[in-house]
Amino acid sequence: MIPELGNFALALACCLAAAQAVLLLLGAEAREARLMAAAPGLAFGQLIAIATSFAALVWSNAVSDFSVRNVAAFSQSQAPLFYKITGTWGNHDGSILLWCLVLAICGAAVGAFGSNLPAALRARVIGVLGAVAAGFLLFALTASNPFQRLWPPPMQGNGMNPLLQDPALAIHPPILYLGYVGFSVPFAFAIAALLEGRIDAAWGRWVRPWALTSWCFLTCGIALGSWWAYYDLGWGGFWFWDPVENSSLLPWLTGTALIHSAIVVEKRESLKTWSVLLAIVTFSLSLCGTFLTRSGVLNSVHAFAISPTRGVFILALLGLVMVPSLLLFAFRAPVLAPTGLFAVISREGAIVLNNILLCSMAAVIFTGTLYPPFAALLAGEQLSVGAPFFDSTVLPLAVPLVLAMSIGPALSWKRAALFPALQRLWWVALAAALVGIVAALGWHGLASVGFAGAAWLIFGALADIAQRIRLFRVRASESLSRLAGLPLGAIGAAVAHAGLGVTIAGISGMTLASQRVIFLHPGQSTDFAGYHWTLTALDRVPGPDYVARVATLEASRDGRTIAVLHPSDRRFPVQGTAVTDTAIRTNLLVDLYTALGNVQNGGAEVRLRYDPLAPWIWLGALVMACGGGLSLADRRLRVGAPARRAARLPA
Amino acid sequence: MQRAALLRRPFLLLPLACVAVAGLGFAELLQRAGEGRYNPHTVPNFMVGRPVPEFSAAPAPPGAGFSTADLQHPPQPVLVNFFASWCLPCQAEEPLLDRLKAGHVPIWGIDYADQEAALKGFLQANGNPYTRLGADPKGAAAIAWGISGVPESFLVDRSGIIRWHLGGPLTPAIVADTLPRLLRKYA
Repeated sequence: MIPELGNFALALACCLAAAQAVLLLLGAEAREARLMAAAPGLAFGQLIAIATSFAALVWSNAVSDFSVRNVAAFSQSQAPLFYKITGTWGNHDGSILLWCLVLAICGAAVGAFGSNLPAALRARVIGVLGAVAAGFLLFALTASNPFQRLWPPPMQGNGMNPLLQDPALAIHPPILYLGYVGFSVPFAFAIAALLEGRIDAAWGRWVRPWALTSWCFLTCGIALGSWWAYYDLGWGGFWFWDPVENSSLLPWLTGTALIHSAIVVEKRESLKTWSVLLAIVTFSLSLCGTFLTRSGVLNSVHAFAISPTRGVFILALLGLVMVPSLLLFAFRAPVLAPTGLFAVISREGAIVLNNILLCSMAAVIFTGTLYPPFAALLAGEQLSVGAPFFDSTVLPLAVPLVLAMSIGPALSWKRAALFPALQRLWWVALAAALVGIVAALGWHGLASVGFAGAAWLIFGALADIAQRIRLFRVRASESLSRLAGLPLGAIGAAVAHAGLGVTIAGISGMTLASQRVIFLHPGQSTDFAGYHWTLTALDRVPGPDYVARVATLEASRDGRTIAVLHPSDRRFPVQGTAVTDTAIRTNLLVDLYTALGNVQNGGAEVRLRYDPLAPWIWLGALVMACGGGLSLADRRLRVGAPARRAARLPA
Repeated sequence: MQRAALLRRPFLLLPLACVAVAGLGFAELLQRAGEGRYNPHTVPNFMVGRPVPEFSAAPAPPGAGFSTADLQHPPQPVLVNFFASWCLPCQAEEPLLDRLKAGHVPIWGIDYADQEAALKGFLQANGNPYTRLGADPKGAAAIAWGISGVPESFLVDRSGIIRWHLGGPLTPAIVADTLPRLLRKYA
């Protein structure tokens, strides 16, 4: 009964989404006020329907209703309730439904928070979101319906992928989807603007909070995935340039470009065509990410089976979203003429440089990711593009980007002079150089460049704030009151830039990591990275559906025990797989990382790692997201009043 | 103004053109994947379609070893499986090999770069799914077969031609689907 309700709600949501698209887009074209006023209602209705449907699927998973094919295929009755629920989106059909739910949340959010938008624009935005939702709901309903029944129902489900039974991986998809799908709102704004043929400063102000929110979620989602790879996969890597990882990084790069170029639209009424294109491209890349992961055309550690039929459907959907929007772009973009002057040395000039570098990075990564399948297609040869390619192409683009990131905020809008800005940054440059030299003396070349860049960013962010509050140039109390009056957006930008610095420091630290793989019998010990490591015990612990082997490792220094770690592995006889559980001790500066390898003859192969600054990689991402959050809280973004007043003035 | 706008148009069509080309490419890839002509997960091995190379695997108790001559006219298709006791994916692959053994598929194992004692422990802990077993302590056979790591598996048909290759551990889908299809084809 419950699955049928879910199926019905899904169909209802699809109808509502179609109505949302047709009524609102036509209504806005005809300037029919009553139709346009229906926008929030339709968006809420769609959200309620899809939420009901999703709840029905979660319910079916929670009570292990194996008459539902999807539950029988991917769940089992002994699994903990938490993983039964998170398993809802751990498979293809469920994750598409989650995708639709997030899209409906976006539409409803525009309905709820968009009361300050002009009625026609709001109707168009929600209408475009409805059109996208209708396509995906139709896909969910026909090609990947999660509510299909199975008769007779099996007594037990097929079981869950053991790798998915992990808290970080359980919340990773929803957060990533909030980021991916969130970019549908800037996309809808871009299409609406093209339909209206008009973009002004207000458009930039409206679109930015949506882009920023999605960007924050995407940042967290990517960081979470990378963290999971580090602590769960058991060999200490955090980024593999895997196609699926790359496909989440691509919208992040273009989204980062978008949140910057939208500022230029708002402040200077420039870069309009470019921002519209970025909004379209970012959402298209998000869709591409879904396509690439779900169709399996790329070779990836994310072992999704290749499924051509599903792939063709998603590809068609992708075409239906991208081709009309880019066609619209090609024909309507010339209308969006820029106004105002544009000087190269200025804040907006710096943002253009940022956009060029970010998009070049995206282009390079895109090429590297798609090269193998297209080489197979055109030349018939199979090859792979790996980390060396990406490292050697992304790094040269990252260096100027990092350099410009501290200089850009020091420039003023319209027209700036480079030299005074650099003069104000002299102590930042000095500090960065010092850090670089110390690092170069202590360790080696490449890492010291990274540390210098990190210091440049972190101190540059401090310098930006210090400059704004005129620190040391006016009395301390006045500086403080200036700090209190500083717009949150400015603080957020500085925090986000510093966050990237923290991440870069973490990545540079990881290049100095050392590791040892050694075979030990219980009682044996080894000296590594300044610690004395002893394997004190090796136990066999049976679990509900697995057998675990747990090693106990003691790390001591100068005779004092610093840490006791329990790396283990779990073997699942039913699924025929094994997963490793690493044990990590961190003091936020250094990770002591241990993983268990092969166990035989009463001894065990253990992997010991010493990862300096490793936690900073993810800490930095969190700081970046916090910076985005601070900017979001800025009053100027929430209040659209000045724009409306300007719109009402006679031209 | 109008003229300038028109001149910019071809340039603005560029994104659409890129998307169209990429879309057609993907459509073709999916088409090929559907017909089994494209699989991104395979590591190519140039041995497929060729006769079994010149090699010999030394005795590895309880196995007596085997060489090229034994594989030239096997009575039924043989799965040649390179493995090692020190390789974790090989252990994980073991239950699937057992499943194949239960389906009467002859599996000939080559123990790569390993020691006799370690192999013995491995077989005791995981069971022995191999019909015949040989050792390749120096890696000469591995070079002859062109493997890039362990585990790797090859299917040799009744005339001694290598018909299929897998660089990596077997998966349930391969054991349930791909291999039975190939075995029927070359039976």
